[in-house]
Parts: sequence; structure tokens; C-alpha cells
Amino acid sequence: MRETPLSNCEREFIRKALGERKRLDGRQAYDYRTLKIAFGYDRGCCRVDLGQTRVLAQVSCEITSPKQQRPSDGVLFVNVELSPMASPVFEVGRMSDQGVEINRILERCLKESRCVDTESLCIIAGEKVWQIRVDVHVMNHDGNLIDCSSIAAITALAHFRRPDVTVDGTDVIVHTIEEKDPLPLSVHHMPICVSFSFYEQGKFLLVDPSDKEEKVMDGKMVIGMNKHREICSLQVTGQMLLLKDQVLRCSNIAVVKVTEITEWIQKALENDRQARSNGERFGFREAVVMDTVTTNQMNPEKLK
Amino acid sequence: MAGVNLLSDQGYRIDGRKPNELRRIQCKLGVFKQADGSAYIEQGNTKVLATVYGPHEIRGSRAKLLLDRVLVNCQYSMATFSTGERKRRPRGDRKSQEMTMHLKQTFDAAIMTNLYPRSQIDIFVEVLQSDGGNYCASVNAATLALIDAGIPMKDFVCACSASFVNDNPIADINYLEESSGGPELIVATLPKSDQIVFLEQNSRLHEDNLSKVIDLAVKSCKDVYTVLDQTVRDHVSELSNSHGWDH
Repeated sequence: MRETPLSNCEREFIRKALGERKRLDGRQAYDYRTLKIAFGYDRGCCRVDLGQTRVLAQVSCEITSPKQQRPSDGVLFVNVELSPMASPVFEVGRMSDQGVEINRILERCLKESRCVDTESLCIIAGEKVWQIRVDVHVMNHDGNLIDCSSIAAITALAHFRRPDVTVDGTDVIVHTIEEKDPLPLSVHHMPICVSFSFYEQGKFLLVDPSDKEEKVMDGKMVIGMNKHREICSLQVTGQMLLLKDQVLRCSNIAVVKVTEITEWIQKALENDRQARSNGERFGFREAVVMDTVTTNQMNPEKLK
Repeated sequence: MAGVNLLSDQGYRIDGRKPNELRRIQCKLGVFKQADGSAYIEQGNTKVLATVYGPHEIRGSRAKLLLDRVLVNCQYSMATFSTGERKRRPRGDRKSQEMTMHLKQTFDAAIMTNLYPRSQIDIFVEVLQSDGGNYCASVNAATLALIDAGIPMKDFVCACSASFVNDNPIADINYLEESSGGPELIVATLPKSDQIVFLEQNSRLHEDNLSKVIDLAVKSCKDVYTVLDQTVRDHVSELSNSHGWDH
């Protein structure tokens, strides 16, 4: 299905509101929408809500043979799935340009910054290594997929546990969870993407643009950064001309945002760890907050 | 690639360049007769061919037609023999698809797209030999090809990469420096106004150093511009001489 274009009226309205420093949902220019992180029952499954945008990341592992050039390194594979469930614009099958873009940014952010220690994933050099696969499924699209996906992917990686293995000569024994405790991946740092959208040739800039704001924007800049203030990926998309000062201003804002988000992720991971170790209930079901009245009255069925 | 000293104590790089020195750029305009514009560029050992067709009518599906501006269609492909290991697919893999998207984005911003509504401009880029800075060489080649085709642009688009080694920013990195794990920053600018059309960075770079690296990359783009500009001037005067025009 083709994308429904935004009407000129609405476009003008959003532009004009931005000129008066107002956003549709009442946020300030540098505010994020509410971020919710929930974990599944299984390890390495994480759902992130950023306002109405919802992304699910699932990490899995398997034993494969390593790449020829890097015989003692494990493999990290990132895959982004844009299903029609998220938005009718997304089509099944061939990956759209947007899909390729998100996939590459995540790949660059996670792989090339070497946040996961791939050497520790080696079982027998040149023969067997772990392949860690991160599947990112976009479940609802309401703008800023990149930030949401990057948070989901790195949180899922930090949450994931792989089975322990014992190497006996050339034999590899993979232990079940009952035999040996599964091991976490060694995540060196957490790169998180922060998106900025630009309007009126870079005069205005917004953090975490929603779907409608993305449709009006001239262009976008994505900065992937970790809490040590290291830029892991940086990318400018869209047809706009920038000056160096604008780039530096964005990177300064990104520092603050990344610190906040990292703290939030750590807190979510810690909460889940405690729930698991204390034998409390955990998983998506616990994360669903039922504060709506579904029915006022319930009639018991009559026994026959 | 640990253990390789990318910057010697004397301040020279692996291939003997100074930190802010570019590789030798050699370029030529009008290498093909059939295409509306074409160019060939060598930046060190990176060799790229670019051809431009158009502006012409929309080819393929009419759905792509734009009412207010020209459609810029790009294709980036790498020759199967361009890398150390033979490539299976010259185009269509994710990296090439990404490159294509980036080229399209860069030239969409630089070409005066509003002058040719309902038309299409094709830019085909072929990397013949790859030794780092493929994107930069592609952009520079495509700029020359567009100029050869006579398509109005806001300015030249010049691209250059930069990295950061031992507290020193270095310009125009080659394959060895690119694959050593250091940061890689790619910038495409309009050199007259220093406006950034495209910016990309990979691997880790501390935020404090970003400014220095961008500065060097933008300056290198200006250096690239001097070379490209001279080539275009030489090419035009050569053409006019062969036609016997006074100038």
C-alpha cells in the first residue's frame, strides 16, 4: 500500500507550531517520549516502547564455522524485520530502502563499535564459534524506529545468556540450563542511537521525532553513542545542508540523552534480574498494565 | 590488525604521507562518447568510473515521477575484480544498496533539482579498484561526470574521509588504515560554503575529538576541490581550443 501523504494543511500546521517551539504532543524540542522496557520470559527477549512506537528484539545463538579471515572470532548478525503489522506501508518480502537503512545503522552501531566481545564467542578456533543473531521486529511504527530499535537490540544483547560449553579435544558439549548456568555475553559498552530531525534548513531541530514530524522534516541525523561519550556511528540522511556547529550541537545533546537512556536500561535490567532471582513473576504478562475497565458487569453462566 | 603502527614517531603514515596529506588525485572528464557525461578518477589506488545520463524522460515505472523536481537515480557497483578477494555480487548486497542510497541523497541535495520537473537523471558509478575511500572517490567522480553532462549544481560536491590515530587526525585514509579498526569519518561538502551534504562515521571516536576530525575532513574536501576545479578548467579550455573558439 502506498503511504498516505500528509495534507498540506497539516504540514503547514506542524511547521508553524515548530516555529513557535511547540510540538504536537506537547513535548519540548529535546524531550524523548516515554520509554518502556519489558523483558520476555526467555532470556534475550526484549520489548521497547517509545511512545507509540514498539519494537521487539530477540537474541538467539547457534554454533557455526567462523569466517575465513577471522578464525577466532564469533559472529554477530543483525536483522531488522519491517512487517506490515507495524505500518501498511511496509511490504512483505524484499527489504525497502528504509529497512536497509535501519539495518545498516544498527549493524554499524553494534558490530563496528565492537560492543560485544566476539573473541569470547570462539569455541574451537577455525572450526566452531557462536553466532549471535539479533532479530529486531518492528511491531508498531510511530516514528523514530532507529532509536527504538537500537535500544531494544542492545538491551536484548545485555539480557541474553548463552549456554555454557565444554571442549574435550575436538568434541564440544553444549550444556543445558539444568546442567550449567548459562553465560552472559561480554558487552563492553552500550551504543545507543539518538535521532535528530531538522526543519527549515536546520533552523529547528527536534529529538525523537514522531511519525508526523518525520514526514515534515528536511533531514535527519543519527548519532550512536555510548555513555563514555564515544561516537559509535554518525549519519546524516535527507536532503539538507548542515554546518559543522550544528553537528557539534547535536553531539552535545546526544551525550545527555545517552546517559539518561543507559541509566534507564540498567535499571530495567536490574529490576528483571531481581524479579528472576527472587522468584517473582516476570515476562511480558507482568509488564502489561491493566488500568482500563473492560466490562462493568459480568453475568455468571448458568449451570445446566 | 593490531601491532601495525599507523603513524610513525616522525609523523609519517604507512604509505609515507603526512597526516593531512591526500593521496594523488588524477582525473579525466568525458571518457565515454555515448553517455551525456562521464568521468574517471584515481585517488591513490582507488579507481572509479562514473557516467551520467539525462535529464531524460522517466524510465520504468511512472509512479516514480516527481512533479516538482527531477528524479535522481543512482547505481553504485563494485567490479568483481576490485577487491583483494573476488566479489560475488557487484551490486545488490546491503553495502552497495546503502552506498546507492547515500549517493542519491548527496546528489539530490546538490543538484538544482527544481529545474527539471518530471524528468530523471541517472548516475552510474563503477568502482574498478578499491583501496579505501570508495564513497569519496565515487562522489568526486560523479560530480565531474555531472559537470561534463552540463547539469546545474549548487556547487561541486567534494568528499573526503578522515580518521584519528594517536591523537592526530589523518586525512584521506587508505584500505589499511580503514580496516585497522580506527574511526572513519566521511564528509561530502559544498566547498565554497563549507556546507555539509553528507556525513557518516563508523567505529568509535570520542566526542571531544569530533570537531578536529571534521575540520580536517572539511579542509581536505577543499583540497580535493582545487584539484577537481583545475581539471574541469583544463578540460574546458582543451575543448574550446579543439573547436577553435576564442576565450
